[in-house]
Amino acid sequence: MTGPSPARRRLLPGLRSRRWAAVAAVGAALVLSGCQIPSFGAYKGATTQGQDAYKLWQGFFITGAIIFLLVFLLILWAVLRYRRKTEAIPAQTQYNTAFEIIYTIVPVLIVLGLFVFTFITENEVDALSTTGDPVTVNVTAFQWGWEFQYPTYDVKVLGVETQDPEMVVPANETIHVFLRSSDVIHGFYVPAFNFSRYAQPGVTNQFDLNITHTGTYRGQCTQFCGLYHSLMLFRVKAVTTSQFDTWIQQKQSTPQSSGSIAQAKREILQGRAS
Amino acid sequence: MTDVIDLPVTGAGVHHPVVHEHGADHGHDEHGPSGLLKWMTSTDHKVIGLSYMITAIVIFYLAGLMALGVRIQLASPTSSFVTLGQYNELFTMHGSLMLYLFAGPFAFGGLANYIVPLQVGAPDMAFPRLNALSYWLYLGGSVTMLMGFFVAGGAANFAWVAYAPLSNVTNSPGAGADAWIMSLALTGFSAIFTGVNLVATIFYLRAPGMTMFRMPIFTWNMLVTGILILIAFPVLTAAVVLLVADRHFGTHIYTVVGCTTTATAGHPAVADPTACGSPVLWQNLFWFFGHPEVYILALPYFGIATEVFPVFSRKPVFGYKGMVFATMAIAALSTGVWAHHMFTTGVVLLPFFSLLSLLIAVPTGIKFFNWIGTMWRGQLQFTTPMLFCIGFLFAFLMGGVSGVMLASPPIDFFTHDTYFVVAHFHQVLFGTTVFAGFAGLYYWYPKMFGRMLNERLGKAHFWVMFVGFWVTFMPQYIVGLKGMPRRVATYPTNLGWHSWNFVSTVGAFIIAASFAILLVNLWTSWRRPVPAGNNPWDAHTLEWFTTSPPPHHNYTHLPPIRSERPTWDYNHPEHPTLAHGPGHNGSSNGHAGHTNGSVATTEVPAS
Repeated sequence: MTGPSPARRRLLPGLRSRRWAAVAAVGAALVLSGCQIPSFGAYKGATTQGQDAYKLWQGFFITGAIIFLLVFLLILWAVLRYRRKTEAIPAQTQYNTAFEIIYTIVPVLIVLGLFVFTFITENEVDALSTTGDPVTVNVTAFQWGWEFQYPTYDVKVLGVETQDPEMVVPANETIHVFLRSSDVIHGFYVPAFNFSRYAQPGVTNQFDLNITHTGTYRGQCTQFCGLYHSLMLFRVKAVTTSQFDTWIQQKQSTPQSSGSIAQAKREILQGRAS
Repeated sequence: MTDVIDLPVTGAGVHHPVVHEHGADHGHDEHGPSGLLKWMTSTDHKVIGLSYMITAIVIFYLAGLMALGVRIQLASPTSSFVTLGQYNELFTMHGSLMLYLFAGPFAFGGLANYIVPLQVGAPDMAFPRLNALSYWLYLGGSVTMLMGFFVAGGAANFAWVAYAPLSNVTNSPGAGADAWIMSLALTGFSAIFTGVNLVATIFYLRAPGMTMFRMPIFTWNMLVTGILILIAFPVLTAAVVLLVADRHFGTHIYTVVGCTTTATAGHPAVADPTACGSPVLWQNLFWFFGHPEVYILALPYFGIATEVFPVFSRKPVFGYKGMVFATMAIAALSTGVWAHHMFTTGVVLLPFFSLLSLLIAVPTGIKFFNWIGTMWRGQLQFTTPMLFCIGFLFAFLMGGVSGVMLASPPIDFFTHDTYFVVAHFHQVLFGTTVFAGFAGLYYWYPKMFGRMLNERLGKAHFWVMFVGFWVTFMPQYIVGLKGMPRRVATYPTNLGWHSWNFVSTVGAFIIAASFAILLVNLWTSWRRPVPAGNNPWDAHTLEWFTTSPPPHHNYTHLPPIRSERPTWDYNHPEHPTLAHGPGHNGSSNGHAGHTNGSVATTEVPAS
């Protein structure tokens, strides 16, 4: 009485080949899709820097998901398989040196691998362009708004929490940002760029943005900065180079709003008080 | 069986000289004060431990209500449930209460205080009066922080991290901020004293035969926690003293005000970093405390899980020594990873802090596999504490995997200060302090009160909370990746954040419902006690050898201590630990009882 019944034996080859077909289909789909790995909820990155971070995210997500599933299934198996059925006392095993060494060494290797990719990507994301002529923007965060100042063109955009300021920059060019704060710590964060950096009193942070698509991207302060932190929004508008030149000329020809950060802050407090 | 050690009941004998001092304070508890006076004057570690736990659980419920307030506000994008200012107070106090006044004190002031002396066979903590001082400082500190709600300007509202210069006197002028700082100083000293007490107790008051490698893992973890407290808390206490100086004595330690250069063409005035204080200094000091603090909060709870899994699997803990070394590795690494909270400051060495942070995954992984190994081929019994510990495994697994992602600076750049981080640390902290913490409560409650908690209500508590946990925190990962920053009271309506936030709020109410069940359970056990007996779980460690609740000096008799689970060895002499590892001597001795007399008299702790 060993082996499956005739009926079951007839079924088996079919089952087996169908299962293999399914595995092959999934495998082929993964290979063919290649660069179309899902985004796992993250932005794909509207800058070259953001795209590098996005690829790293995908790698980390897949690695994390595999480890999660493996450990999840191990726990589930232990919980389902070894539920108490008798009052017998199981073998009182305490050590298995081979296993313990394996589950120490393998994670070390995985972590080192993750670190190598981290290291490469963080150098790409933080790299500052040394060639060309980047468009420089001085970004100053304050309670509660942003000032975007273009030193090359002597142009300034100042916005407060009731009227989100727009940082207009050309796409497909290097934007070099100097980031400062005039009071407390703020966070310059554009989700679509997969990037944020603190604006801190006493520190001038610098970073490059290479925006690959024109469009308007929302930004927001991420570091809690007091009462109106929730309302400290801004936009980054990436336009073509010619549109950018037009915008600059427009700004230069219209009289500059003489507003300063100090004035803006005074107005915020007065406006809120009244 | 007659092979137990008789101990002098007063504890003033040769084993524990410290007890003499304690005994002189109060004599025998049978003749000491009773009622409220007993609770207020006691130096008994059990009374102090219970005081700690009750206070911490009250704080937990208060902070939980604040979390509900936060979630109600966020359930819709432009809610006016609270004002912006009130919202800032709510989340600041929720975080501060949970982290400073619940999670740590519940574990190292409450559970450890109660359990560690019992687990090592000591009659009390090493310094009973210092222990009482710890509690009163903690209670005073807790009341001080809560008083913030009743002063002009309201409670502290600069988030639980109090980043300079937002926490300076210009930006946070209220007395609530000072109350918050004073509270940290008071509870900081309380924690330091408890750390001293734990380390001294574990090193000097172990019973005869209780060698270091026969200590239960919970005690091991509390030893390492105590050492971490001694490393981390003095830094915080010093940092807040400097913050007071900045706020009230005109120093500029954390501010650049007063030392800025004049504005240059096109630039606003900027600071000359060589001539003034630095806000980043606060972050460095705070997180040098703050990250070890994360493990001060986690290690005790790992310890609880490591007690519960073996008992309800009917096996010794798998990889005992690996577990100990993993705990030490976590503690050592935790002192070198603080700047991973500062990746986006632009002023820290990213690769160093990234690598060390990633490496913490290794000892944590070892613990995971050891817990699974403990269950493997066991006889699992799904009591309430066991269910909570399995819930802890799943919760901590999810929080751990997202933690590895955050250890990578380029990923941290776009998740830092978003709800992704909020989801991550809530899964880690809720997983440890709530899942494992309440596992500990359900597990040791019979020992502490001599009565059982209702299993059916306990399991209902677990399942409702387990569902609520995932419903609350998983959507926060999603909105975080969509770019929702943390600590915002309102958010734009057109970004698809609303529905996920609503789901998260529903989850928070499910969690709240589960804690209502716990109250019912405690009430039931109080009104209709079900006697527990000395060892209702057939547990392994020494505390289950004495009565429930234990007498004033804990033990009149001790079993021979030949492994980390003397009570099991005593009750199941035919099932000793099978040690396959190198250097694990003694515990495979199946005739543990026969030579106990000589052991008991030769291994007196060197106090």
